Amino acid sequence: MDDAVSVRELVVDRGEGRVLHGITCGVPRGTVTGLLGPSGSGKTTLMRAVVGVQTVGSGAVDVLGRPAGSADLRRRVGYLTQAPSVYADLTVRENARYFAVLQGRGRAEADRAVTDVGLGKAADQLVGTLSGGQRSRASLACALVGEPELVVLDEPTVGQDPVLRADLWARFHAMAAAGTTLLVSSHVMDEAARCDRLLLIREGRLVADDTPAAVRAATGTDDLEEAFLRLIRDAEGEAR
Amino acid sequence: MNGRILAATTGRILRQLRHDRRTVALLVVVPSVLLTLVYFMYVDQPAPPGAPSTFDRVALIMLGFFPFIIMFLVTSIAMLRERTTGTLERLLTTPLGKLDLLFGYGIAFGLAGVLQSTVASVVAYQVFGLETAGSAWLVVLIAGVNAVLAVALGLFCSAFARTEFQAVQFMPVVVAPQLLLCGLFVPPDQMAGWLQAVSDALPLSYAVEALQEVGAHAEPTGTMWRDVAIVTGAAVAALVLAAATLRRRSG
Repeated sequence: MDDAVSVRELVVDRGEGRVLHGITCGVPRGTVTGLLGPSGSGKTTLMRAVVGVQTVGSGAVDVLGRPAGSADLRRRVGYLTQAPSVYADLTVRENARYFAVLQGRGRAEADRAVTDVGLGKAADQLVGTLSGGQRSRASLACALVGEPELVVLDEPTVGQDPVLRADLWARFHAMAAAGTTLLVSSHVMDEAARCDRLLLIREGRLVADDTPAAVRAATGTDDLEEAFLRLIRDAEGEAR
Repeated sequence: MNGRILAATTGRILRQLRHDRRTVALLVVVPSVLLTLVYFMYVDQPAPPGAPSTFDRVALIMLGFFPFIIMFLVTSIAMLRERTTGTLERLLTTPLGKLDLLFGYGIAFGLAGVLQSTVASVVAYQVFGLETAGSAWLVVLIAGVNAVLAVALGLFCSAFARTEFQAVQFMPVVVAPQLLLCGLFVPPDQMAGWLQAVSDALPLSYAVEALQEVGAHAEPTGTMWRDVAIVTGAAVAALVLAAATLRRRSG
């Protein structure tokens, strides 16, 4: 399978503790791959390693055929951090236009990115005056504005209302259908069903790497939350 | 470096400043208020025969101080915000070069410093009758170079601050010794040898000497240009040091 991201035996230590214990996984091109796991399981650390901003202990991360963090990947990878990282003292449009220039794009692309995340009406508002959900969509617009080949989104749907959440997922699938690869993290299991593939991590270890249907079949339940519980129990049973 | 990215970054920083009207107002008005204070402090003080009046001597140097102090603080806080809000990490995942960001700050806040010292100079010359042998434009030029130096030092120091409280503490650490030893209070040649050596090592001393040259000579002197070059060199050195503190990868 042609993977946009391939992670081999990745070990990351932060401070005293080990955050990732030798993770090996792949993200196939043109899919929406969900990275699921409880808070503190290492999702953000794995995403930072893919984007190339994380100092890694050992192992390898290849992105679009290049080592993660290579200079030429900066045009090809879009990254949305968990906390909205946009300028609160600029308007939504000004933020999008700035990040558009950094990615070699123009005003038209910036304005389209703002409309695409549903902020067309709030485009001239200062980001500091927006609600939490709007602010994180402003940040999302800045991650998508360069039309990157790989999009890494850390909890993009937190704090969004259900209608917007459905819109965003529809948009992610439309992007994947057009050839973009998306790696999307979430700690909400009901979002797992919306992904083409799932990576479940817990306490820095990979518990599952499969399609939602295969996860359901392997665990004999239709409920993904229950399926993950069973996978975790099985993994812990083996460890003992 | 990339011209488009540098221009966009400079514009972005200036746009942020423009949205903060109160900061712009304070930036422009406060120096004039302080000059007024200094004017009335010294208005009745007799000057020694043949020497410039005390107000002329002090005000000239103050015109160089304002952008140095204020731009250092503004830059330290702005850069700390970039670090704590995650925008810096995000910027470093884009094609933006470290020098695009640092020079963007240098140019944007350098321009703000020029605006500030221009307004202060107009007030000093027109309202309070400041007299210098040389051109007022040279005073503004030196103030602008001072602003860029302050931005560079602020960018570098912000790497060592985790919180705003720590960042403002670098003001007394970095700025105060330069103010005390720059020659405003005691001329360097009357200081103890070791203090003179310290004064010679601090870039602001050269900025003050350059301003005094403008005060005393109708035409720009070689000493003045040498001093301006030293201050510029110190600013570039601090920017390069600041670039070394920016890491694309972190723990």
